[in-house]
Amino acid sequence: MSEGDWPLFEVFIRSRSGLEHKHVGSLHAADARMAIEHARDVYTRRQEGVSLWVVRSADIVASDPGEADALFEPARDKVYRHPTFYAIPEEVKNL
Amino acid sequence: MSAATTLPEAQQEAHCRYVLRLADTSLVLGQRLAEWIGYAPALEEDLALANLSLDFIGQARLLLTYAGELEGRGRDEDALAFLRDAPEFLNLALVEQPNGDFGHTIVRQWLIDAWQLEIYGALEHSTDTRLAAIAAKSIRETRYHYRFSSGWLVRLGDGTAESRERMQRALDDLWRFTAELFAPDEIDERLNREGIAPALPELAPRWSARVDEDLRRATLRRPATQPYPWHGKGGVHTEHLGHLLGEMQHLQRSYPGARW
Repeated sequence: MSEGDWPLFEVFIRSRSGLEHKHVGSLHAADARMAIEHARDVYTRRQEGVSLWVVRSADIVASDPGEADALFEPARDKVYRHPTFYAIPEEVKNL
Repeated sequence: MSAATTLPEAQQEAHCRYVLRLADTSLVLGQRLAEWIGYAPALEEDLALANLSLDFIGQARLLLTYAGELEGRGRDEDALAFLRDAPEFLNLALVEQPNGDFGHTIVRQWLIDAWQLEIYGALEHSTDTRLAAIAAKSIRETRYHYRFSSGWLVRLGDGTAESRERMQRALDDLWRFTAELFAPDEIDERLNREGIAPALPELAPRWSARVDEDLRRATLRRPATQPYPWHGKGGVHTEHLGHLLGEMQHLQRSYPGARW
């Protein structure tokens, strides 16, 4: 068995203080269990996180860079969508 | 020398030797695993084995330091690791066995991980609070080691015809070294009476049941029990330990006291 036969997984880590999992990189593994172990061994050696997600890279559906203009440009001139025009109540955290 | 002074001294020496056995088992296994660095079948496995190695060397440092204090002759962890000869090492003969192929390393690892789960689990309740604290810290590492090694055991055992055959061969080859794992000698029994060490015959069936369950999932056959002429914990080793120490101790032996 060589690494070349193993599918690629994307790795997401939630840090101790973090609220969400963030993408940190990718690795090869034969199955999901091995992917979690590899992610632990490769990406959490310096206490980077308290939770791991792995997902097969092939299962991620990505937008087409060629369509970037059509997808994202229309939002450019619509600054009123930013919530900066509202006073945020103090009780609301993590907005 | 009166009996009053002989007894505590003999007790102290047995205590020291018991801790050295645990220390040397971790140290020698850590050194063996480090031999994989740069050679593992995948980058991710290279890191995994290096992590394992560092865990074992960390355990060895704590235990060697403690053994040195129990000995009371001023030897620190480095003196004990780098300036003793093979007959003074008290590790289980299983851990000094060469790495072989990746499957061979996994079988050795899995056998010892299952052993450490029982030993450290019991030592957490030792009357020796220092040893209990080291066991409590180490068993968290051991649980991961076992997850890693048992995962690979099943994956390769229940894998291709070739991987299964290689795993069975490794198991057949290493099985004779397992007889020592739960065979108590005078030191084990003495420390058990003191409440420091667990009763090995009580732990053996738990290890055996775990091993059988994993072998079943890995579709591997448990080999027959074989007699063994080694007694690693008594300092009687296979020829492999001397070579391992030659490499591990080379620097300190050639340049005594070298630091960086």
